[in-house]
Amino acid sequence: MKQESFALWVYLSRTPLLWLTVTLVAYLAADRISAATNRHPLANPVLHAIWFIGAVLVATATPYATYFEGAQFVHFLLGPAIVALAIPLYEHRATVARAAVPMLAALLAGSIVAMASAILIAKAFGAPNAVLIALAPKSVTAGVAMGITEALGGDPALTAVLVILTGIIGAILVTPLMNLIRVRDFRARGFAAGLASHGIGTARAFQVDEVAGTFAGIAMGLNALLTAMLVPFALALLAR
Amino acid sequence: MVLALTVILICQLVGEVVVRGTGLPMPGPVLGMVLLLAILALRDRFRAAVSATGRDDPLETAGKGLLAHLSLLFVPAGVGVIQRLDVFATYGVALATSLVLSTIAALLASVLVFVLAARAFRVPGEAP
Repeated sequence: MKQESFALWVYLSRTPLLWLTVTLVAYLAADRISAATNRHPLANPVLHAIWFIGAVLVATATPYATYFEGAQFVHFLLGPAIVALAIPLYEHRATVARAAVPMLAALLAGSIVAMASAILIAKAFGAPNAVLIALAPKSVTAGVAMGITEALGGDPALTAVLVILTGIIGAILVTPLMNLIRVRDFRARGFAAGLASHGIGTARAFQVDEVAGTFAGIAMGLNALLTAMLVPFALALLAR
Repeated sequence: MVLALTVILICQLVGEVVVRGTGLPMPGPVLGMVLLLAILALRDRFRAAVSATGRDDPLETAGKGLLAHLSLLFVPAGVGVIQRLDVFATYGVALATSLVLSTIAALLASVLVFVLAARAFRVPGEAP
């Protein structure tokens, strides 16, 4: 009997089926909870699906590489989803075109503040230069941020951790923060979410409002471009 | 549906190839998004008399289906982070403080500048 269940586990742990299913089930459960709490920021489905699956992997001593063989089918769709951001963008193109000036101003201010504040705060706590390099592009979508860090001789793995955490922190904080300062303009709220916390902030914005999601997607794309250009200067100015 | 997905994948593929070929500091899919935007604009230009903007077109259906669960797509990468939290250990306090405060600062800076600029450069005739 024990032998049989072990054989079953060996089979399951080698097909992508198990971990793909676990990913979908964990997400669906987290998403249901999020919907049941009326999309409360703390019920963020990314956050809760992640720690749950992480705990399952640790409990079953499953390496991440094995998990990813199943989960890669979901991960792959990230690229096409970013391409698909063109669809709400096109639908709301008139609204977007009217907001060109505020968007560019907010992009410049937000991008500089995101980088400079991260570097200065971590430096004040005594973080060394190598950590500051990994931290500087934290508000940018993971693929680009890791590229930036790598080009500057930092540790891309640390950047990946910081980027995901920034995304989750931003997705949780954006709604209460915007309500606190009484900003009701969903263009502005969405743009801030996408700029400060990239795709995870954009996913949050789409939960709240389609216009907010559209502006978040634009901010994510523009900030990736601007941060890649500005990070070397920000580090040279602030990190020494 | 298959056609729509193919169009989206072709956009991404072209985006990746161009980004890798030119070393542009942007993700391939973001360039793919710009390309899809151009395709949507061309589609509606050549399809002269469409009621509304073809919201029930397969491209819209497929794209919105993907975006409806954008959160799900970050889960696999996020789980990877759980396994790498050790790199976070040494400078945990510095990094955690920096992430939280800096994210708040970036959110506030962008939203306030957006709102002020929107007020200063309001297009005549636009609702406040």
